[in-house]
Amino acid sequence: MLDLDMGKYAAFVWPAYAVTAVTLIGMVALSLRRSARWRREAERLRGGDERP
Amino acid sequence: MPGDMFSALANPQRFMSFSRWAAPALGAAAAVLMAAGLYLGFTAPEDYQQGDTVRIMFIHVSAAWMGMFAYACLGGASFFGLVFRHSLADAAARACAPLGAAFTALALVTGSLWGRPMWGAWWVWDARLTSVLVLFLFYLGYMALQAAIEDEAKADRASAILSLVGVVNLPIVHWSVVWWNSLHQGESVFTRSGSLMAPVYLWPLGLMAVGYTCLFGSLWLVRTRAEVWRRRARAAAIKAAG
Repeated sequence: MLDLDMGKYAAFVWPAYAVTAVTLIGMVALSLRRSARWRREAERLRGGDERP
Repeated sequence: MPGDMFSALANPQRFMSFSRWAAPALGAAAAVLMAAGLYLGFTAPEDYQQGDTVRIMFIHVSAAWMGMFAYACLGGASFFGLVFRHSLADAAARACAPLGAAFTALALVTGSLWGRPMWGAWWVWDARLTSVLVLFLFYLGYMALQAAIEDEAKADRASAILSLVGVVNLPIVHWSVVWWNSLHQGESVFTRSGSLMAPVYLWPLGLMAVGYTCLFGSLWLVRTRAEVWRRRARAAAIKAAG
């Protein structure tokens, strides 16, 4: 059974999970965006498909 | 053979072929492992001393381990880049630093949020906390040095030397709780007499830690691929201009 009631420690537990979620999602989003951007740029400048 | 695999992946074309499927596979493994770790973490009972704050451990310890592991990877890639002048190793080092810095920052922030209710302080100049802060500063120094030097080859060499100096800090972080009297909890997962932690907490921690490792591996591959494309684009731009 999931226990989501953090009682008197909710003000510490949930911010810790929130900042972790935001950071990890941000890391994934920024890394994917960076990869897509430089792949497009390499394709544009080199004039071909950069896959794999 | 790990040696054969390493030399095969040192070829940028082979690395790009490998990372194309390995990055999403590791990302999927990370999602499954972290979901399972979170489920077990939030079904585990409250700790008799720490109450519900024990649930911060699953994300705090995993982030701290990852901050150190990423720095060891940064040091390894920097060593190969410096000694063998291998451009893929330089690209891997450059791709690794922001990820390691983010995990280390998470360890510091979540540790602070755990420390306040348990110790009564957001921060203490304890050996473990201070050495992790130094680790974070090494990451920032590495990235600042990369950004400050225009010549990329020189930037890679200078930052590689800095990162190798920072490797000295890793054993200090690890053994700080043994060498000095520390407010921070001592070794409890890997001890000579086995884990001191109850399995009900050890399992979610283990799953989260392996999940974080897979996530780091996936993002490291994604960012190294981006760095390879950035260098190809830059070389093409210079060739077109010249």
